[in-house]
Amino acid sequence: MTSSAYYAARPAPVRWHPALARSAPVLVIVLALVAIWYVAAVLMNLQLVRSAFEREETPYTVADLLAGTLNAERPLLPAPHQIVKTFAEDVFDWPVTSPRSLVYHSWVTLSATLLGFFLGAAFGILLAVLIVHARTLEKSLLPWIICSQMVPILAVAPIVIVVLGSIGLRGLLPKAIISAYLCFFPVTIGVVKGLTSPDPIQRDLMRTWSATPAQIFWKLRWPSAVPFLFASLKVSITISLIGAIVAELPTGAQAGIGARLLAGSYYGQTVQIWAALLAASLLSVGLIGLVSFFERWVAQLMGARA
Amino acid sequence: MIAVLRRAVLLAAALGMTAALALPLAGQPVSGLSARPLLLLMFLPAAALYASAAFVAPARSIVPTFAGVVLGCTATLILLRDGGVAGNAAWGFWSPVLANWAAACLGVAALGTLKPKDKTAAHAVDWAIPLLFGAFVLYLWEVAVRGFGVPAVLLPAPSVIAVRFFASLVMLWQDFFQTFILGVLSGYVIGCGAGFLVAVIAHRYTFLGRGLLPIGNFVSALPIVGIAPIMVMWFGFDWPSKAAVVVVITFFPMLVNTLAGLDAAGQIERDLMRSYGAGQGQTLRKLYLPAAMPFIFNALKINSTLAFIGAIVAEFFGTPTQGIGFRISIEAGRMALDVVWAEIALAAIAGMAFYGIVALAERATTFWHPSYRM
Repeated sequence: MTSSAYYAARPAPVRWHPALARSAPVLVIVLALVAIWYVAAVLMNLQLVRSAFEREETPYTVADLLAGTLNAERPLLPAPHQIVKTFAEDVFDWPVTSPRSLVYHSWVTLSATLLGFFLGAAFGILLAVLIVHARTLEKSLLPWIICSQMVPILAVAPIVIVVLGSIGLRGLLPKAIISAYLCFFPVTIGVVKGLTSPDPIQRDLMRTWSATPAQIFWKLRWPSAVPFLFASLKVSITISLIGAIVAELPTGAQAGIGARLLAGSYYGQTVQIWAALLAASLLSVGLIGLVSFFERWVAQLMGARA
Repeated sequence: MIAVLRRAVLLAAALGMTAALALPLAGQPVSGLSARPLLLLMFLPAAALYASAAFVAPARSIVPTFAGVVLGCTATLILLRDGGVAGNAAWGFWSPVLANWAAACLGVAALGTLKPKDKTAAHAVDWAIPLLFGAFVLYLWEVAVRGFGVPAVLLPAPSVIAVRFFASLVMLWQDFFQTFILGVLSGYVIGCGAGFLVAVIAHRYTFLGRGLLPIGNFVSALPIVGIAPIMVMWFGFDWPSKAAVVVVITFFPMLVNTLAGLDAAGQIERDLMRSYGAGQGQTLRKLYLPAAMPFIFNALKINSTLAFIGAIVAEFFGTPTQGIGFRISIEAGRMALDVVWAEIALAAIAGMAFYGIVALAERATTFWHPSYRM
């Protein structure tokens, strides 16, 4: 057998468009997950619906049962279309200032998230700059910063809110402080890494130009820290959102996504919980997108090639 | 310049210690230092030690500085036992505290400049600096709370928290068992195990892996703790619902990291395994899994923190009458902040120990990795 015959015997590899090759597996798995979700919804709600029919002593068919499981008012697991429907109603059917509007609750949580994020990022950057410039601080403070992240900080959230409340701070700021506490850490670690990333050769070059410490910082260290900073900011903005949601739980807050979760769990409104979760997920994705947008913008300003 | 500044600060610290003799100790009349011979025997030597530290090189000033700090701190703590001083302290009390603070800062800074040749000594210095720093923060907390008389509903002193901690060991153990052993640990094992298994399967079937990786990355960025109320609804108030939250939270970081780790094996090594005629299982065991270990441990470390947070959040949505999160929210509502802080100390110790054990296991398993080679 010649080599050309060997090659001819193999089927030509199927070539897909790269975009299709990338998105096809994701699409298939998402569809599979949605299908599994529907099956799970039918199975989990079956008992509930059947006992409801039996209580009313009405004759029912399998089709009735199926329809019931997918449209139950307080299902154990709501079907995806129910969640989307409730989400759309909560978002579009009420004016944005109404406490029944999901936009209103999202805004309450979002404002705490953003304030906490800015506080946390500013604190994180400040800490990183101090740590890079003082060896003693690096040795004494850094281990404690790392330890602070192994402590389940959320355990402290209720007393932070109680203590701040007793000295007259209520509403936005206590939540933002908890968010800030949760999200400063990735920023500190990332910026410390970034500020120390310039090569010794580059620092030596700055020295031969007799650059002042301030010049070294602004012209060498800070620009090389920016990519690290944005990578950290993307992590911390999600953490900040989690912090804001969780901070609403122990205080029995009246507004916010956390309050929505709490109310849903008190009154057994499962669909409402899922709709609030959907809102939180969309917020999270949107915030990361926003940070990525700024990242590209800043990279362009700094002269990166597109 | 810096040497002059250092000398000036140390001399000022010595002056601050002796100033306690002249200034009033408290806002109300209490007997002065000259009437307390024991305290005098501590204040004056501390001042002398600070003054002597000012005139030697930083490396040699460490011992006298810290001897002075220990004497000075003990003396101020003894002084606080006087009911007239506690809650009412004046400059005669605060000037030695500030002096101790300044001296301790310089002492730690001097310790930081040490570069011992011996490896054990270098290690000891690396541990000593943060520990001394932490101890001094505790001292300042204690002195500030008791000196200013901060009400216990705002911030209890560390000594009060420690007393409460050891007085309620039984309750703390029950809470720890409920939250940590039952909720966190079981959920952590199941969640990490499931994430690992799914990742191994997804690595075997490339199509699955290419679909799961973007989804896993996406879900990892979502606020998953929000499923806590749903899990409480499904699994009831007791620990299974907490474990379920932990399972969901820990699953995705493990999946994403393991998938990335299994891809970390180089092409040359894969070719080598093929040329040896190694089977799927052998290649997995001898090449892919060892190469993935650093990534897997990264996920285990991330998850050790996430798991604890998830369990505590789930307790906000309903618990049996024990558990760390439950106790904290109940006692915070009753303004019993010493119990709350004792629980926080427990959570902190448990969290650090958990992380530490995972980190030790990582060292034992991935000792070959470049990041551990010194």
